[in-house]
Amino acid sequence: MATYHLKTPLTDEDISKLHVGDIVYVSGIVVTARDSAHRRMIEYHRENKPLPIDLRGGIIYHCGPVVRRRGDRWEVIAAGPTTSTRMEIYEADVIEKYGVKMIIGKGGMGPKTTEACRRFKAVYTVFTGGAGALAANSIKEVLGVEWLDLGVPEALWIFRVKDFGPLLVVIDSYGENLMSHVMEESRRRRDTVLKWLMENIPPPHH
Amino acid sequence: MTDTINTDYLRRKIVEATVKALKLAVTHLPPDVENALRRAYLEEDSEASKSQLKAILENVKLARSMEKPMCQDTGLIHYYVNLGIRFPATHIVRDALIEATRIATKEIPLRPNTVHPFTHYNPGDNTGRGVPIIHWEINDSDRLEYYVVPKGGGSEAVSVLRLPPPGRGFEEFLKTVVDAVLEADGKPCPPVIVGIGVGGGVDTAVYLAKKAASIRRIGSRNPDPYLALLEEKLYEALNMLGIGAMGLGGRHSVLAVHIDYAYRHPANYPIAIVFQCWATRRAHVTIYPDGRYEVEQ
Repeated sequence: MATYHLKTPLTDEDISKLHVGDIVYVSGIVVTARDSAHRRMIEYHRENKPLPIDLRGGIIYHCGPVVRRRGDRWEVIAAGPTTSTRMEIYEADVIEKYGVKMIIGKGGMGPKTTEACRRFKAVYTVFTGGAGALAANSIKEVLGVEWLDLGVPEALWIFRVKDFGPLLVVIDSYGENLMSHVMEESRRRRDTVLKWLMENIPPPHH
Repeated sequence: MTDTINTDYLRRKIVEATVKALKLAVTHLPPDVENALRRAYLEEDSEASKSQLKAILENVKLARSMEKPMCQDTGLIHYYVNLGIRFPATHIVRDALIEATRIATKEIPLRPNTVHPFTHYNPGDNTGRGVPIIHWEINDSDRLEYYVVPKGGGSEAVSVLRLPPPGRGFEEFLKTVVDAVLEADGKPCPPVIVGIGVGGGVDTAVYLAKKAASIRRIGSRNPDPYLALLEEKLYEALNMLGIGAMGLGGRHSVLAVHIDYAYRHPANYPIAIVFQCWATRRAHVTIYPDGRYEVEQ
């Protein structure tokens, strides 16, 4: 388990260093996107419309922040990750079409994203779910916001971050998926756990 | 005239207390939950899981000292009201709770989370048809008491309601619970509190499960000795699955199992499982007839 400090834009070399279980802190630019933003990215690609921001070598963060407007600036109050599996249906395409190198979220992602990370050299990392205050602490500035018509949680928030992390690498660019290993192991234990319960709880009666 | 003044005064106090309670709930983790997380952190031997518990505890401290929401998903606002029928302003309680929700959204601030299910329209103030969610129970006191529970969407998303054939018996109950936890995996932000509601109509089962998950304190003992034993054994067993904090593998993915029940129809066996993420947001408010109030966790 190694620890890395990386800066955006991320290169293939940066990504090649990372393996599942490694810890990463990133500095530079991170762009939030949830369900609606992902859907719109795919639509824009289909219609040949440019995105409002270049995501090549970039980082997408599954996050709907709590923000406050102060004059003409935005202040980030809390900004932890949201559940990534909802983006599974879009993420492989977003990685392929827009050259995104890192996804940050929580809860793990599936085989489509794992395969896209391997083919297009990208990683999926997790930030501790719910740790919204901790995340906000390393977001230094809101550089902009796009697609605010989708609502505050769903908009593209462009953050300047410093040592944003710890991010745990869960899917690397070699086809490994840490959380699916854990899940398989838990499923293997199901019957043993049920047997243990039946042996340790007397059947109910009145 | 006096009545009007009194009603207006009480309305202001309810709003004031509710905004305070919402702020307390989203910025301060209740001590029973923080202690359980600290225990899990000390006992955990999986490195990945331990790193998550450490980040959670740091985050809790940071949120408390900076008075910021501990999680950016400040949830859908639930109120579990226990209204004394002799409370002098029963008729304005609903309006006051809705008003407080709007004010708290702006002042704390909370994330505007309510959207129209078909049009996606977001009014921006955490209200809308049916929300905030207000559950009512009535008693004969002169006090107004309620829990505020801002509940996050990630843990809500893996809720389960099953109606297995009653003939399959108790073993099916255990299977349903184990499978719900396996299916939820890292998604509800474990370590979680697992609330289980059994029996009643389907609505009863879900209602009881959510209350058991979000309101009941960790460490409180089920008054029914059999259910107390069942809770203990399920707590042990579910942690044996090895899901760990955030689903990264480890000994602690469940902080507590809480069970509640109601009698059921012989043909139906509703079992509801509701998960409360580690970021358990709850606070309790008591309002007295003279407008004095207490907000506590």
